[in-house]
Amino acid sequence: MENNDTENLIEVKNLKINFDTYAGKVKAIRDVSFHLKKGETLAIVGESGSGKSVTTRSLMGLNADNAEIAGGQIMFHGEDVLKKSEKEMQQIRGKDIAMIFQDPMTSLDPTMKIGRQIAEPLIIHNHVSKKQAMAQALEMLKLVGITDAEHRINDYPHQFSGGMRQRIVIAIALICYPEVLIADEPTTALDVTIQAQILKLMKELQEKIETSIIFITHDLGVVAGMADRIAVMYAGKIVEYGTVDEIFYNPQHPYTWGLLNSMPTLDTQSGELSAIPGTPPDLLDPPKGDAFAARNPYALKIDAEQEPPFFKVSDTHYAATWLLDPRAEKVTPPEAIAKRQAQWAKMHTDDGELVRPATPLNTADNLDDSDRE
Amino acid sequence: MAENANVSNDAFEPLGKEEHLDNEKIAAPSLTFTQDAWRRLKKNKIAFISMWILLAILVLSLAGPLISPHQPNNAQPAYTNLPPKIPGVHIPGLDGTKAVDGGRVDAYQQQHVPSGKYWILGTDYLGRDLLSRIIAGTRVSLAVALIATLLDLTVGVGYGLISGWRGGRTDMIMQRIIEILSSVPNLVYMILLLVVMRGSLLSISLAIAISSWTTMARLIRAEALTLKSQEYILAARTLGESSWKIAWKHLIPNMSSVIIIQTMFTIPSAIFFEAFLSYIGIGIQPPTASLGTLISDGQKNFQFLPFQMWYPAVVLMVIMICFNLFADGLRDAFDPRSRE
Amino acid sequence: MAKYLLKRLFYLILTLFLIATITFFMMKLLPGTPLSNESKLSHSQIQMIYHTYGLDKPVWQQYLIYLAGMVRGNFGLSFQFDNQPVSYLLATRMPASFQLGIQAMIVGVLLGIIVGGIAAIRRNTWVDGTMTIISILMISIPSFVLAILLQYYIGLKAGAFPVAGWGNFSYTILPTIALAGSPFATTARFIRTEMVDVMSSDYIELAKAKGLTSTGVVYHHALRNSLIPLITLIGPLTVNLMTGSLVVENIFAVPGIGEQFVKSITTNDYPTIMGITMMYSVLLVVVLLITDIVYGIVDPRIRLQGGQS
Ligand SMILES: Nc1ncnc2c1ncn2[C@@H]1O[C@H](COP(=O)(O)OP(=O)(O)OP(=O)(O)O)[C@@H](O)[C@H]1O
Ligand SMILES: [Mg+2]
Repeated sequence: MENNDTENLIEVKNLKINFDTYAGKVKAIRDVSFHLKKGETLAIVGESGSGKSVTTRSLMGLNADNAEIAGGQIMFHGEDVLKKSEKEMQQIRGKDIAMIFQDPMTSLDPTMKIGRQIAEPLIIHNHVSKKQAMAQALEMLKLVGITDAEHRINDYPHQFSGGMRQRIVIAIALICYPEVLIADEPTTALDVTIQAQILKLMKELQEKIETSIIFITHDLGVVAGMADRIAVMYAGKIVEYGTVDEIFYNPQHPYTWGLLNSMPTLDTQSGELSAIPGTPPDLLDPPKGDAFAARNPYALKIDAEQEPPFFKVSDTHYAATWLLDPRAEKVTPPEAIAKRQAQWAKMHTDDGELVRPATPLNTADNLDDSDRE
Repeated sequence: MAENANVSNDAFEPLGKEEHLDNEKIAAPSLTFTQDAWRRLKKNKIAFISMWILLAILVLSLAGPLISPHQPNNAQPAYTNLPPKIPGVHIPGLDGTKAVDGGRVDAYQQQHVPSGKYWILGTDYLGRDLLSRIIAGTRVSLAVALIATLLDLTVGVGYGLISGWRGGRTDMIMQRIIEILSSVPNLVYMILLLVVMRGSLLSISLAIAISSWTTMARLIRAEALTLKSQEYILAARTLGESSWKIAWKHLIPNMSSVIIIQTMFTIPSAIFFEAFLSYIGIGIQPPTASLGTLISDGQKNFQFLPFQMWYPAVVLMVIMICFNLFADGLRDAFDPRSRE
Repeated sequence: MAKYLLKRLFYLILTLFLIATITFFMMKLLPGTPLSNESKLSHSQIQMIYHTYGLDKPVWQQYLIYLAGMVRGNFGLSFQFDNQPVSYLLATRMPASFQLGIQAMIVGVLLGIIVGGIAAIRRNTWVDGTMTIISILMISIPSFVLAILLQYYIGLKAGAFPVAGWGNFSYTILPTIALAGSPFATTARFIRTEMVDVMSSDYIELAKAKGLTSTGVVYHHALRNSLIPLITLIGPLTVNLMTGSLVVENIFAVPGIGEQFVKSITTNDYPTIMGITMMYSVLLVVVLLITDIVYGIVDPRIRLQGGQS
């Protein structure tokens, strides 16, 4: 959380968002902080309803009318996006920050030719002539791998398959070379082979266009080859974040363990897949203490009373679980996780790097200055 | 993290199994679908008020024979075209005066009405009490609308269920029939039927129902098609329940919201058509009053005695507005998407 | 596409044939004859008149003659109105009805789009509330009440427009307004629902994410997508206008089909009733066919399917 670097493109600080609903206030985002560096890919993972979409939508000021920003800042180029007017936001949307949505079947206007849809952001933001915009749209269409682009630019969305449509949506998002690309589950609605193609395409284009990506998914498997860092969200909070290796091989939060366990990988192919039992808490009335406690087999008594702070695992790796508190007894994670951690330990001795123990180091410096007992 | 001070000693013990499962407690009381819809309807004040107004009108018109001050069809040639008069009220328009050449004259005096005799809403061109006629007319109009809607409901739901449930060829043929029927202007059916049968309460209801049941049938068919493939219906089928039983026990209850909403839109349309047909003279026949015949009668004197048309017209419009608002409210209440 | 059109044409003709048949036999069912109240006529006179109308032939022959005539646009002679040919009667009355109908359709639909669109964009504000109340009012006021009120208060009292009759354009204004009420309200409600639906769709979200202004979103994406389904409403609106024209033309003494229809109904002029019935049916069937074709042209999704089949 002490990311003093100025190279942070986006810095979200203590974001809180509520939704006014018929039944009451849904506390959808409850104190979320993260940052995004230039050129990197940050993956946000978490179950359905954990607040991934709401968080990223607020970067663009696109939340529903009943959303209420209850606090926090979103710094982008040194300015707080949350304080910007709708007009200023319109200038950012599609130009500096662009977005890809989950379902390519419904993301495109069914009554507009795709060429025009791709060119639209250019016409709005760069004030180029229509002809020039269409020429660039054609280039972009080729870039995203649509064959016979010259002809297909005049086709309507329904004339394309799902995978093709997602390529077109990507073309729309990238046509202005945005600094940040938010991809909200861009492959969830596609079948596995197409998924891989789209992911590959996104990686290639990221290099060409030099954009940072926030990649949202509830499937950790998709993230491995894609992201540099991962933030794990649960019930409107980030519970653990770190580099891809740190999250995959040295996870600390029981929720992350659960997510990893429910993911089929080469190491765990033996079929011990297990979904996390139970359901996320009702955000109308979030529980006291750790929101995950009710589903957490490793829960401590304190989890029912107090929310865990972030404990530092490494300079890049933090996790919010009381298990990392020095007073907590060491627990043995599930077998598969223990294996991962063992591998992590091995990796780091072989490399001759700093050796990290398989169990957490309890030197969370953000606790040092607190007066306890 | 300063607030850690009051942490008890055993705070870092694992949570016991028995303490664990309290997440299973249900956070919000769960309501059944109908309860939920009813609650939402009550929140919609406009729809709720409309419902009460409609109930009041219904009760008043049913109680008509008891509360009417006069016989609705009793013509009194001596007392024709009297303006409204409420004793003790001195507002022009309600005090028995009518406008003549810029001034107001007491029509009751002119026509030598014995003092103490008065008509709250005045009399018509045959000297019949307008209030009693409006009450009776409302009853007739509502009766036509309700009978028509009931017919529409029976035929529409039956046809739609058979078409959707049987599927295949039956469905195709039945749909073709509907297609052909609905490319005929409903006005044409109604008028032809009434030219042949002559206006009576039943024939008008029939004419209205014949021209409107296809909408209901289409909706029900679509519902039946989707419900048919649901697991519990499949289960009931495999268990050998008869089609009748399935329709009665599973299909119709699950379609109730569609049926109710569509019904609520059929009623005002039926009321409109009754008034329309009676207005052009092929609906309810005189001397029976209905809102349509009252408006038609009142129009004759509209220039001089506007109240004779205004009163029945206002009643008709209030009924129509309330039904439309109530139907809108019901639709929103039953539609889970409109949760705002 | 050609195959589809042929199929549609077949159903169109089948529909009209059925209507013609039903109408014919319903009229035959009627008790009494058109001449039964003219008791002064002698038997031979009646025979002669029957002969002129072809009423002395067996029913099936009458039916065939009727069908054959109808194909040629001949609906027989009117029992009333100087025994003019029904087709001539209709032809002289068509222009007024068409003018009113088209004017009312344009005014009603355009205003409806504007009001419904504004209500949808300003959803859940007082603007939306006001617009909704206006359209509910217009749906709830029957056309004949609206016509009488307009005639009296605007025509007679304010003297703004001619009270009744048919002449220059100013005569069409009040009847047009009275007729336009129903299409206006129906369109406004339809567009509001449609637009609210469209505005919550993913592609509108994407359009916003592109940085379009809210007007841009509405103008470039929402409007077109909600206007296309409006085409399907033209058929029902035509029926509304037919219904309205019966009373509105009658009230404003417009020499149109609707006014003729009411007269024919009240005088039991069966050939004319059948003629107008057929005319209305043909009109609706043609409107439905045209709107279907137009829908296919305007909506790219259907255009392709039509081309493939
Ligand atoms: N407009 C809204 N009104 C009320 N609640 C909302 C609204 N939008 C989101 N929420 C609530 O906010 C929470 C977070 O939703 P969000 O869409 O961010 O989840 P998500 O992590 O993106 O899930 P998914 O994987 O299903 O996309 C959910 O509990 C949701 O019900
Ligand atoms: Mg989401």
